[in-house]
Amino acid sequence: MFDGYSLSELGSIFAMQGFAGLILFSVFVLMALGLAIIFGQMGVINMAHGEFMILGAYVTFVCSHLVGEHAPWLFPGYFFIAMALAFVASGSLGMLVEWSLIRFLYRRPLDTLLATWGLSLIMQQIFRSTFGAREVGVTLPDWLMGSLSLTDTIEVPINGLFVMALTMTISAVVYAVLFRARWGRGVRAVMQNRVMAGAVGINTEKVDRYTFGLGCGIAGVAGSAFTMVGSTGPTSGQLYIVDTFLVVVFGGAQSLIGTIASAFTISQAQSTMEFFLSGSMAKVLTLLTVVGILMLRPQGLFVLKVRR
Amino acid sequence: MTRSFLTGTRGELLGVGVLALLVLLVLPLSLDVFRLNLVGKYLTYAFVAVGLVLCWGSAGILSLGQGIFFGLGGYCMAMFLKLEASNPEATKIQSTPGIPDFMDWNQLTSLPWFWEPFHSLTFSLAAVVLVPSALAFVIGVAMFKRRVGGVYFAIITQAIAAILTILIVGQQGYTGGINGITDLRTLKGWDIRTDEAKLVLYFVNAALLLGCILLCLAVRRSKLGRILVALRDKEDRVRFSGYDVANFKTFVFCLAAALAGVGGAMFTLQVGFMSPSFVGIVPSIELVIYCAVGGRLSLLGAVYGTLLVNWAKTSFSESFPELWLFAMGALFIGVVMAFPNGLAGLFQTHVVPRLDRLRGRGLPPVPGPTRMAAE
Amino acid sequence: MTNATDFLLSVEGLTVSFDGFKAVDDLSFYVDENEIRVIIGPNGAGKTTVLDLICGRTKASGGSVKFRGKELTAMREHQIVHAGVGRKFQNPSIYDDLTVFENLEISYPRGRSVWGALAFKRDAAVRERIHEIAEMIFLADHLEQRAEYLSHGQKQWLEIGMLLIQDPQLLMLDEPVAGMSVNERVKTAELLNRIIADRSVIVIEHDMKFVEDIAHKVTVLHQGKILSEGSMERVKNDPKVVEVYLGH
Repeated sequence: MFDGYSLSELGSIFAMQGFAGLILFSVFVLMALGLAIIFGQMGVINMAHGEFMILGAYVTFVCSHLVGEHAPWLFPGYFFIAMALAFVASGSLGMLVEWSLIRFLYRRPLDTLLATWGLSLIMQQIFRSTFGAREVGVTLPDWLMGSLSLTDTIEVPINGLFVMALTMTISAVVYAVLFRARWGRGVRAVMQNRVMAGAVGINTEKVDRYTFGLGCGIAGVAGSAFTMVGSTGPTSGQLYIVDTFLVVVFGGAQSLIGTIASAFTISQAQSTMEFFLSGSMAKVLTLLTVVGILMLRPQGLFVLKVRR
Repeated sequence: MTRSFLTGTRGELLGVGVLALLVLLVLPLSLDVFRLNLVGKYLTYAFVAVGLVLCWGSAGILSLGQGIFFGLGGYCMAMFLKLEASNPEATKIQSTPGIPDFMDWNQLTSLPWFWEPFHSLTFSLAAVVLVPSALAFVIGVAMFKRRVGGVYFAIITQAIAAILTILIVGQQGYTGGINGITDLRTLKGWDIRTDEAKLVLYFVNAALLLGCILLCLAVRRSKLGRILVALRDKEDRVRFSGYDVANFKTFVFCLAAALAGVGGAMFTLQVGFMSPSFVGIVPSIELVIYCAVGGRLSLLGAVYGTLLVNWAKTSFSESFPELWLFAMGALFIGVVMAFPNGLAGLFQTHVVPRLDRLRGRGLPPVPGPTRMAAE
Repeated sequence: MTNATDFLLSVEGLTVSFDGFKAVDDLSFYVDENEIRVIIGPNGAGKTTVLDLICGRTKASGGSVKFRGKELTAMREHQIVHAGVGRKFQNPSIYDDLTVFENLEISYPRGRSVWGALAFKRDAAVRERIHEIAEMIFLADHLEQRAEYLSHGQKQWLEIGMLLIQDPQLLMLDEPVAGMSVNERVKTAELLNRIIADRSVIVIEHDMKFVEDIAHKVTVLHQGKILSEGSMERVKNDPKVVEVYLGH
């Protein structure tokens, strides 16, 4: 498959595809982070996670319009407002869903899966009724347009760089909250021993609600970032949900570092192969490899050996 | 503990009798050929739902990839019918006569090797059952031997459904792509598109379904059926009672896959085409909801659930298409939150006691064990 | 004890570590034919892990477990059961959705393959054996009852019965009298003394009164190692044991 390319051309191809892969990586990581918190820490499968992401994307879309019409002077920075709003919108909806649905199903993971699938269908239809079936895009402020030329043949788009920087920041914050802050200790305590955590004075119901809210909120931010690199439609979330679950499972559900590493591997493999094979075959091969590896090593790549 | 006259072998056979009466007599007498053909299509999904009752309800293995097996069965049948429809006479305007039209459009000049055996009807019919169960066997052995279950299994099967869809859509020249395999005409020279053929196929389908239900009832009444229930409850205890648990799970998964394959083949025959839109994530999870609405523990309930949901889907889509997704979403949530045993559970708690009273026995309802509330 | 093959079970150098923590550390002990061995020790001493290692539920990091000369560490769980080792879990592990009769029937050692289970017939031999076991575990009058509705003590007996019906040479019981009334404890001790006739039993127990009633030999575990071993009398007077365990 490398026939007809010179060595320097191959180098550029790998670099450019590698960069395209990094953007895919960012989307995966942002989506998977929220999912990893909810699935890894709470053991809940949230099939509506993609829709929480798309909610964030639509919030950003609405925000870009409102700011563009009513406060054009704010436009260069609207994105940060939109991101905060997306976090609040998805996060509070997540808490509402936890309170009305998820908390009754903690012991029935398969049923949670079906119920959240139902939720995802309802959310999709709400999006469709509100924003129409067509995909929408946001207008980027000027400073995010264009690209940087590294060499004659290698160019990187600025919005991609921005999304990546955003991804790293958010991952660092999530890591700090879960593993360095007192609140994160509470979350992990509840997940490891619910009864005991309750006995030492942790409000387990509240921890559950906020954890679920946090996961959904991060999905909202992911959606916000997603608008920078792609357009948004009512069913865009569903396109990513299976890939993201594979990312989380492949990384070992309990490990955030594992999630990031597996997002990196999968996105790089897919985008590099995409150049040489057709897009669909690249995806088939990537997913097939991941599923194959998961069959051989079901616990994922990063996991501790513990007594069952 | 009191028992209703509707439990036990007699109750189950009575239930199958009532269903047989409905699908073989009442529906054919009251519906026109078009509607009856629609019911026939729904009943092909019921094969999958019945398999899910064994796999998910009895053994606790939720597969979100039953569309894979339904599709494989359907494609095996469609490949045979397509080859018959693509005889050199009918395809003489193509640049390569004698191969299916979509291959010709995709610049294929000869039949791919894996299409060759589908010239034989015997081979194709065997493949309808064997291809899905062989794939299920591979997946089952790989996963169950390594103790993968629950949500992990569900997600992996879902991923496989996604992969297969992308593959079918991407490999147009070999599979017909997104349109699927269409324009199927005859089965060994017998035109399957006439009203008369549709009527015959409806009865073949209904009879096959009843046969499969009886088969599943027999499996459930065997010791294997009780082992499956035991597995769902205390897997380790079964393992430490000397059973190789993975084999039992693989068996029931393969059985469900084979049933789905038969359903898929009957779908192809009755509807006249097969496409990737019956393979992927969305159709696969819809198949689960048919089973859940009917009652995940009840083989007969699954059939009624399938009929009801599909009837609702058709009527909704005719009058308020935008409301259907809301209804479907609410159905998923409602069935999980409020009616975990579906229609069969409602029947068991509300109808059965009345029927018992009508028979003059005056027995109080069976207390508590709704989890076993089956036929 | 140089020739390990004389023993029914010989455990040598058994080690397992979880993420660096050695739950069982270079453990060796031997169980005779027809012996009742009791393993005691404080929480976290590795008692349940030892049973897990013997029955194959946990894979050992090192060492060997020989049962009648067969190496168990290389076998899969169901093969270990077929070899004649039965294991009762700490919490009564029975099938709530099935009747007592069906619980025992599933444990009946015939038709253990997929096709065998499909073809299995509930014949006279099966019924007879189930009634015999039910009599022994005091549940003859409860055969048609769903196991869910049994009392806690009855569930413990049912699980013991599910093992007995397989006639294992080595029976491992994890806290068989936990949660039982005094009356039930006495009956359980009787039951154990009756079934010992043709098999060996390893029991994990906290109840010292019960241990004294049944034990031939006691092994005291502490932090994954053997602290003391011998008759109850000897173990009781071992100053090391007094310090870490009985003294509290």
